[in-house]
Amino acid sequence: MDLYREEILDHYKHPRNFGDLTDFELKDSDRNSSCGDSLEMGVKIKNGKITDVKFTGIGCAISLASASMLTEMLMGKTLVQADKINDQAMLKCLGIPISITRQKCALLGVAIWQKLKLKLK
Amino acid sequence: MLDVKKIKLDFPILRRQVNGKPLVYLDNAATSQRPKPVLEAIRDFDTQHNANVHRGLHTLSEEASAMYESSRATVAGFIGAPADELVFTRNTTEAINLVAAAWARHNLQPGEEILSTVMEHHSNILPWLQLGVTMKFVDITDEGILDMKDFAKKLTKKTKLVTVGHMSNATGTINPIETIIKLAKKVKARVLIDAAQSVQHLGIDVKQVNCDFLAFSGHKMLGPMGIGAVYLKKERQEEMLPFMTGGGMISEVYLDQPAVWAKGAEKWEAGTPNVSGAIGLAAACEYHNRLGMINIRAHEKELTEYGLKQLSRIKGLRLVGPKDASIRGGVLTFVFDQYHAHDVAQVLDSEGVAVRSGHHCTMPLHQRLGLVSTSRASLYIYNDKSDIDRLIEALDKVRSVLG
Repeated sequence: MDLYREEILDHYKHPRNFGDLTDFELKDSDRNSSCGDSLEMGVKIKNGKITDVKFTGIGCAISLASASMLTEMLMGKTLVQADKINDQAMLKCLGIPISITRQKCALLGVAIWQKLKLKLK
Repeated sequence: MLDVKKIKLDFPILRRQVNGKPLVYLDNAATSQRPKPVLEAIRDFDTQHNANVHRGLHTLSEEASAMYESSRATVAGFIGAPADELVFTRNTTEAINLVAAAWARHNLQPGEEILSTVMEHHSNILPWLQLGVTMKFVDITDEGILDMKDFAKKLTKKTKLVTVGHMSNATGTINPIETIIKLAKKVKARVLIDAAQSVQHLGIDVKQVNCDFLAFSGHKMLGPMGIGAVYLKKERQEEMLPFMTGGGMISEVYLDQPAVWAKGAEKWEAGTPNVSGAIGLAAACEYHNRLGMINIRAHEKELTEYGLKQLSRIKGLRLVGPKDASIRGGVLTFVFDQYHAHDVAQVLDSEGVAVRSGHHCTMPLHQRLGLVSTSRASLYIYNDKSDIDRLIEALDKVRSVLG
């Protein structure tokens, strides 16, 4: 099954940058109520650069894996670089065709990143 | 008992392959498939009789009108109602909204309450909440069975309407509606039955149970999408205003004085109705009549027992809903280990097995049971034990893919 290719399953089973967000000041959350997916993500910024990023929550393999991959994309990036990370970039990073019904799973993490971007501006 | 092999042949879609495997369709609580007699009835209308109803004097219009009204009689007869107490709607949702807007809005006095349950589909919660009146919800047990003690406690002289599902789309729980209606009548409350999951699996006679309103959808009972119906008891009709206004639902219109509404069911059918849908739905009712509702229920009950037994053998799989198939329709709901219901459904689909995942439009029920989402395999007349076996095999694949 393409959707559950190895890299995605690896991120799902071993999500990167996953854990407690209490020491993050800049954080936000989003949810897909119809799925029961609920994620929260936080970033730390220093000198215009993302120095730390973490997420936590519950979700399906696709939402957890894509959020995990997103944190890897964001980590260490300058805000100028990170500003370019959007839905298209996320889907490209996943590298698999995502059906219309699973798009909201794949893009849940990025939706939080978009909210965080607004807070930064 | 049903001859499922023969029944399967009536459904062209069941010959389809999905992801290279023969389709096993187990999403019947969401929508059902259509048999040849239904498809042919619609085709016959579209190719031979299509015209607008009730107005024209030409041959096609008279044929269409006669077919539409005869469909009304057939569909009404299916639930034990006379034709003039059956109004066609788009679906159950519209049927319940119709009763909320045309009856409840004008008949509830300040201080009066609506009593429902936590297991209802959103469409039997939201139309009532929009009215802004006090609502109470009967609790359930952890097994998803209605708590009748709680019902007795919350049913008071203030209760004007009891609105309850006959069978839960999420857990398959069959509610004791005869008892509910009897108790409701004692406090002079009216009763609406959401029968979206029951007319086609359990059967119902509105005169025998003595409800005031009953709502159901065509597409969940082998009929087309976009057609449903609501039973409106005669006495309640007299208390009702129109739902939507426009053509078809009036007898006289003036620019300077109030219109005179049409008499009978037409009053709640504004605009050109879904005539081919009504004809398809009537054909679907006849299909059930030929099989016999008693046989349908017996078949689905046996299959439910088999499904519950087979699923309960899978390690890490937790069934949701009643364990006893005598109070459970053909809805097999479960949580599988830590796997998200969407991932379960996606892997099952890769094996050609169609199930539903999520909260099934019953968020309050899921919250009550402490669940975020569940997987649901729902059965119908064209399913047999081999379909359950394919589901069980496909669940093995979930573990091997997701680890």
